[in-house]
Amino acid sequence: MSDTKGVIVSHAAVADALVLAVAAITGVEGALVAVSNDGCDNDALTRRLTAAVGAGPAVLFVDLPGGSCLTAAVRHARDRADLAVVTGVNLAMLLDFVFHRELPPAEAAQRAVQAGARAIRTPAA
Amino acid sequence: MSIALYRVDDRLIHGQVVVGWGKPLHADFIVLVDDRVRASPWEQELYRMGVPPGLDVEFASVAEARQGLERWEHDPRVGILLTGDVATIAALVNGGHVPRINLGGVHARDGRRERLRFIYLSDDEAETLRRLARSGVQVTAQDVPTARAVPLEEFL
Repeated sequence: MSDTKGVIVSHAAVADALVLAVAAITGVEGALVAVSNDGCDNDALTRRLTAAVGAGPAVLFVDLPGGSCLTAAVRHARDRADLAVVTGVNLAMLLDFVFHRELPPAEAAQRAVQAGARAIRTPAA
Repeated sequence: MSIALYRVDDRLIHGQVVVGWGKPLHADFIVLVDDRVRASPWEQELYRMGVPPGLDVEFASVAEARQGLERWEHDPRVGILLTGDVATIAALVNGGHVPRINLGGVHARDGRRERLRFIYLSDDEAETLRRLARSGVQVTAQDVPTARAVPLEEFL
């Protein structure tokens, strides 16, 4: 079975920036694909997302827990058991994800949520 | 207060509507007028996911919206009425009182050409909007509140 792909779906250039940041920090290339909703209606975004996801297993990382990126991702994943959706994407969850791509999408998604949540804190001064 | 924004946006409920417009308008409710979404509880749930607590959402078909316009106009709360295309808002104008239209996002599709960065219209859609403007409806294009509202005659 192939590794789980990460597809980041975002407003503007957030997804592109996250892909670049993960590669810069980890040196891992090709694990993540960026999809922007820029200039898209719902149908166009779905086409863009479909092309990026392809046929294999994937986790769709969405920037916000609502809106056009989320609706496109959930709609696309609805009938596919090999896709999972995570909202609130952050760099920490992606850094963890690229080293655990052997996990099936549902498990990879749960792990990413935990890694992302652990990174949100207010450090002591 | 009634309906503060009558918007055409083919992304329907999304960030620009909920945050960009909803926050400064202090919107209390959104009416989404779309026959396809109205017929699908699953699609409605999907769109509800993007709406924060305290902001109510009502889904209406075009026929229901024609009946509901007067009620929403007299609602003491602040509302946003959304349609996904020009034909739907035109159907509402023909069936009731829509004083102004905000074109917020009509994207590229076969048969349409660019009028503004975020507005693509077919010739038929453009003519429909001109007709609405001639009938007294104020039509402007404005994606977010901080942008200038561009009058119809500047891009058609």
